[in-house]
Amino acid sequence: MTELLQQLVNGLSLGAVYALIALGYTMIYGVLRFINFAHADVFMVGGFIGLYLAPHVPGGGTVLGGMLVLFGAMIGCALLGMGIERLAYRPLRGAPTLNVLITAIGVSLFLQAGGQLVFGAAPRSFPAVFPTGAITLGPLEFSTNQLLVIGVAGALVVALQLLVYRTRMGSALRAVSQNPKAARLMGINNDVVIRWTFALGSALAGAGGVLYAVNYPSVDPLMGVMPGLKAFVAAIVGGIGSIPGAALGGLLLGLIETVVAGSPYSTYKDAIAFALLIVFLLFRPAGILGRARVEKV
Amino acid sequence: MIKKNETAVPKPLLGLLLALGAAAGLSAFSDRIDPYHLDVLIGVGINIILAVSLNLIGGHTGQFSLGHAGFMAVGAYAAAAVTLFLGPRLIPDAAPGGFQENALFLGALLSAGLAAALAGLLVGIPSLRLRGDYLALVTLGFGEIIRVLLQNFEPLGGALGLNGIPPYTTVFWVVASAALAIYVVGCLVRSTYGLGFKAVRDDEIAASAVGLDPARYKVVAFVIGAFFAGIAGGLFGHFKMTITPSGFDFTRSIEIVVMVILGGLGNTFGVILAAILLTLLPEVLRPVAEYRLVLYAVLLVALMLLRPRGLFNFRLGRRVSSS
Repeated sequence: MTELLQQLVNGLSLGAVYALIALGYTMIYGVLRFINFAHADVFMVGGFIGLYLAPHVPGGGTVLGGMLVLFGAMIGCALLGMGIERLAYRPLRGAPTLNVLITAIGVSLFLQAGGQLVFGAAPRSFPAVFPTGAITLGPLEFSTNQLLVIGVAGALVVALQLLVYRTRMGSALRAVSQNPKAARLMGINNDVVIRWTFALGSALAGAGGVLYAVNYPSVDPLMGVMPGLKAFVAAIVGGIGSIPGAALGGLLLGLIETVVAGSPYSTYKDAIAFALLIVFLLFRPAGILGRARVEKV
Repeated sequence: MIKKNETAVPKPLLGLLLALGAAAGLSAFSDRIDPYHLDVLIGVGINIILAVSLNLIGGHTGQFSLGHAGFMAVGAYAAAAVTLFLGPRLIPDAAPGGFQENALFLGALLSAGLAAALAGLLVGIPSLRLRGDYLALVTLGFGEIIRVLLQNFEPLGGALGLNGIPPYTTVFWVVASAALAIYVVGCLVRSTYGLGFKAVRDDEIAASAVGLDPARYKVVAFVIGAFFAGIAGGLFGHFKMTITPSGFDFTRSIEIVVMVILGGLGNTFGVILAAILLTLLPEVLRPVAEYRLVLYAVLLVALMLLRPRGLFNFRLGRRVSSS
């Protein structure tokens, strides 16, 4: 029982990071209907911005300093996301999905290769930007980092939910994702909304990058690949286009993966995510919270 | 029209025979060619097989697959298993380069193709229900699952892979296989039956309305495409002499996809050119090795922005179906 609870917390903190990345995937898929493969590498850049920012913020190692690093990474990634959208994706608006997909793969490769050039290919250890400690609760032991990851991710998901459902930009975003043409007819500037979506999604990925790096204490230019693929699985499992779904899918995937990692079949943990993906796509392609679309001829 | 087709039929066969002759000729002189050039040539040939076979699935049938490296892995392991575990028992004292060895390699390649085709059948079945992005993801998932399973399968070396595979792959085998792949795929898509692939790509609903069974065409495309990818894997394993599961990851699949996109979906000639170009590109970029990957990525994005219908699509004024 104790072990199960311990695994639950481990799984939730991993799942929270997946959820943060999955949110970006789901939002961008919502407005542009393509898989932004570069998203995983924006997550990586977030981790590196955190690494370079950490020695320069006032009050390093305190909660305030940690938050500053987090916000810095979020802003940096938001700018990066908007830049990618402007340079790589906007010229392809209206092009076949396949071309956009290949472009996304190209941007992803560019960020990975560029990261290896600029940051070096070797993993670098990540400083403790947040105060570290352990909380003992009876037989359970958590690190403050784990709780912090869960807390920050939860707060960001709530903030995003408010942004999408309570602001004008949020309703414009929902309008574009429902029907881009009709949205334009209603006077919404789709380009602005798409830019905003990229900024928001990338900021969340940046936060995810810092939180992942804090928990895992190291960063490297290829660290985004696996979490990125799994977060996309999470977005599908939760129901692509649905914000609570992405969060739920992320947590679910984190939990399953942690349980498998703790079992004798730990080496299969990477396969589990993809098996889950295939099962879901075959039997419930709309995901847990998504609604099935009727295809019109 | 019919008459024209009748006279055109032997042409591809003639091409195949010429290519086989060229393969035999090349291998006869292979010891006079610079070994580095020979290696590059083998790499080009293997990539051509991969690109042409993926083009059948992605270009002609319109089923976007991100798991081609998975089929290649199945083939590479199957072929290596045959030559490593069956070979010593069947032909304990074969002369190197002799008839027995070549026969064994032929058997290994065929079993590689068949094993991969079986995997293709497994992947093809979900494609009956899914399309577009979702299918791409399922194939990606399959590719990764194959990799993880191989990593955990100790009899085939686990994560360390298989070593000491005999270097049976020669220029002859590669050129002959590539010619065969081009011939089979080319004839298939030009046949009456092959029109079905294009019909499924252009409009599945319309295709089923005229009495074609889209499901069958998709599965057939996956099985044949996977068969040749498996052969390419077998050749690759016996060329590099060592294979590891991580060599057949997502990135490898992407490389093959890029060749197909760059050549132009469904454009066999363009895809062959793209496979040659993209295999030579890293060799040409060797002096700037550090920036190689960055340049590769920049080229990819630039090409998508500037020539979205493929680099080698010269058919001006005729819009190729894009769906």
